[in-house]
Amino acid sequence: MSTFSLKTSEFSVIRDENKCIKCLACVRQCGFDCHQYDEENDSLYTIDANCVNCQRCVYICPADALKIYENPKPMRSNNYWSANDLKNIYKQAETGGVLLTGMGNDKAFPGYFDRLVLNASQVTNPSIDPLREPMEIRTYLGRRTEPIALQKQKEKDKTQTPIVPIETPIMFAGISYGAISHQAFEALARAAKEFGTMFNTGEGGLPKDLYQYGDNAIVQVASGRFGVHSDYLNVGRIIEIKIGQGAKPGIGGHLPGEKITEEISTTRMIPEGTDALSPAPHHDIYSIEDLRQLIFTLKEATRYEKPISVKISAVHNVAAIASGIARAGADIIAVDGFRGGTGAAPLMIRDHVGIPIELAIAAIDQRLRDEGIRNSVTLVAAGGFRCSADVVKAIALGADAVYIGTAALIALGCHLCQKCYTGKCSWGIATQDPYKTRRLNPELGAERLYNLLRGWSHEIKEMLGGMGINSIESLKGNRLHLRGVGLNEVELNLLGVKHAGEAI
Amino acid sequence: MFREGEYRIPSGCAISGFINKDGHRVDGSAIVKSIALMHERSNGLGGGFAAYGIYPEYKDYYALHLLFEDKESRNQVEELIKDNFYIEVEDRIPSRNVKSIGKAPMLWRYFVTPRLSKIEEAQDTEENFMTELVMRINASVSGAYVISSGKNMGAFKGVGYPEDIGEFYRLDEYKAYSWIAHGRFPTNTPGWWGGAHPFTLLDWSVVHNGEVSSYGANRRFLEMYNYKITLQTDTEVIAYAIDLLVHHHKLPLELAAKVLAAPFWQEIDRLPAQERELCTRLRVVYGSLLLNGPFSIIVGFNGGIMALNDRLKLRPLAAACYKSTLYVASEEAAIREICPDVEKLWYPKGGEPVIGRLEEEAQCRLSA
Repeated sequence: MSTFSLKTSEFSVIRDENKCIKCLACVRQCGFDCHQYDEENDSLYTIDANCVNCQRCVYICPADALKIYENPKPMRSNNYWSANDLKNIYKQAETGGVLLTGMGNDKAFPGYFDRLVLNASQVTNPSIDPLREPMEIRTYLGRRTEPIALQKQKEKDKTQTPIVPIETPIMFAGISYGAISHQAFEALARAAKEFGTMFNTGEGGLPKDLYQYGDNAIVQVASGRFGVHSDYLNVGRIIEIKIGQGAKPGIGGHLPGEKITEEISTTRMIPEGTDALSPAPHHDIYSIEDLRQLIFTLKEATRYEKPISVKISAVHNVAAIASGIARAGADIIAVDGFRGGTGAAPLMIRDHVGIPIELAIAAIDQRLRDEGIRNSVTLVAAGGFRCSADVVKAIALGADAVYIGTAALIALGCHLCQKCYTGKCSWGIATQDPYKTRRLNPELGAERLYNLLRGWSHEIKEMLGGMGINSIESLKGNRLHLRGVGLNEVELNLLGVKHAGEAI
Repeated sequence: MFREGEYRIPSGCAISGFINKDGHRVDGSAIVKSIALMHERSNGLGGGFAAYGIYPEYKDYYALHLLFEDKESRNQVEELIKDNFYIEVEDRIPSRNVKSIGKAPMLWRYFVTPRLSKIEEAQDTEENFMTELVMRINASVSGAYVISSGKNMGAFKGVGYPEDIGEFYRLDEYKAYSWIAHGRFPTNTPGWWGGAHPFTLLDWSVVHNGEVSSYGANRRFLEMYNYKITLQTDTEVIAYAIDLLVHHHKLPLELAAKVLAAPFWQEIDRLPAQERELCTRLRVVYGSLLLNGPFSIIVGFNGGIMALNDRLKLRPLAAACYKSTLYVASEEAAIREICPDVEKLWYPKGGEPVIGRLEEEAQCRLSA
């Protein structure tokens, strides 16, 4: 109907002509065709409407000639209707489509991590210096044997899956090969191996050339069953049944055919160029007893040598669901909060479905304790961990370990432009275009990820030492080391913490 | 002001204890002398003792030492006791007037055996039945508190310096084969006799010096096994942890010590395969019972004592032997004070339990 667009550019790209040396790096590097070169006039110009503010050109420009500014809101200020609301309505009025986005929920919901503070020792209890004393953050994943079984060590229970050590309570979250490039995927695998932790394949299978990282792989079985075969299940250390994802609880996934290159088609075991559709539910799981069957099918298929994790998104009834999963035979429960990232999700789902991970951890941990089964499963939390303090707070609330996805991608260069679903990523992360993916060197990427794990682990040790704790298991569920700031009674009760200022 | 149990009070402390492994029973003057030497380590706001083998004539009965703040709580508890037990003897716990000790609560003791019909009704073992009842009194009868509840043992505690508490309870008139003692330096003013140490549960008694930084984790783990935490003290949690591990999960005391003060992973990784697997499993299963932060403890039980340090040894602990007696105390001087000619004296490493048990012959003699 309408012939003109109401969409305006969100950003202005400003080129300092005095500085620009016309090397054209920006033209080549921009994944979104924002920078253009006019050969006839030998001039550079930008199409601001294309800019997603991923900052690639700014970093790459050797003359430091580029700056990106956010444009003023193209409307009169309004406390109810935001510029984003208008933009989305205009967009939908033009296309009639579902709004898509990438990465995690960026809305201004209250963040509980930011309203929890940690404890430290003074006088009555010495703090411990991690530079002088051993400070233990090794964590074990898997089902803990019922204590009584210690008595009969010799009779090995054949249905007991092994426990898996990780040298830091931080693992890389499931990000599929397909959603991200082989280079990014390999960087995660390498870093996990070097640090002694786990990476998660996501739902896109594991390329054969990365089988060497199998001991550090959590291999996912999702509703699309992409790349799931006997070798795949057996090469990983842990198998994860993916029920849901924090960024898009209740819905499936869609990897567009353009991203299904030859390699990805081989790994995923689907024809090249076809869309990879993950159904919303597993078509063999319509109830908890079906989940139990799948858990034991996978255990049987791997001779009880692999712990089974079940990943769910944090939704309203998450505690009861988690309890059901524990009883269904899962060894690990992974829960993904509403800040969790994604390669592609409908905007409405990402921003409005699910609950904060802090509340989910607290509710699950307490519920499993009330039922006396907390010790039999490992609880892994995911969804928006920004720094080591978030990790410490999650563990104090009751998690055993955490997954980081967004933070890991940021370490590789991601700038949260939220355009992963376009496959145009200028940083070579969320794209399959060989011209772009080769920007990311897996070896250097792995080093950056290793450094991130190292830095966070050091900080965790410092925080533990300050609390007078020298082993991470003494922090787990130890909510006395947390205090709330500016939380109301209900929130404090749900989190199981006291308010700052209250004594122990 | 809240009363102890309603909030947490960090304390510094002195501890001392000994066991005559040959079963020879001695009166309380030695232990009082030993703990009195460490006067500086307490501040007059708590002292207490536990003694084993003091009631040979009633050794088959549970000796309930109780504290009442008023008549009403006593009536309530007595009703509970009469409902569930046969009472063999009941009397006031003998005491002397001591100037430095303020107003004492009513202190009573009952020698009882549980009614079989009640145990059957509860569908539980006798010990669990007892534990349940003790916890019920402590948690639900306000003004009453069970100081100790084991057989042929008793705890004596109150607010004051330990030497004065010893004088108050006339400990020179009891004879025991093992004694443990505690002098307290709380950072608050608790003023409640029940809050002093030792903390006991049936046979177990624990005295403790330190502040456990893993308290929240330990506590929430124990609550999963239906322990009712009423005092908010580390000592209470330690006693329950030992009870869970040794009594319910049947771990030998040596392994229980490896749970409470677990070896570091770097040590575990170097162990031979079988031992490594055992230690790994212990840490993985019981990680939440690891006691973190500084502590030295003495645990008393029927037939023995165990002393243990945190794995970094952030609190002092010395041990010594003389003939068949094992001594443990916060300070070497507290041992030498009562045993000047020690044969062997050492400072146990962090996480290394010192365990003394009655010799078999003595054990038989005492239980005969």
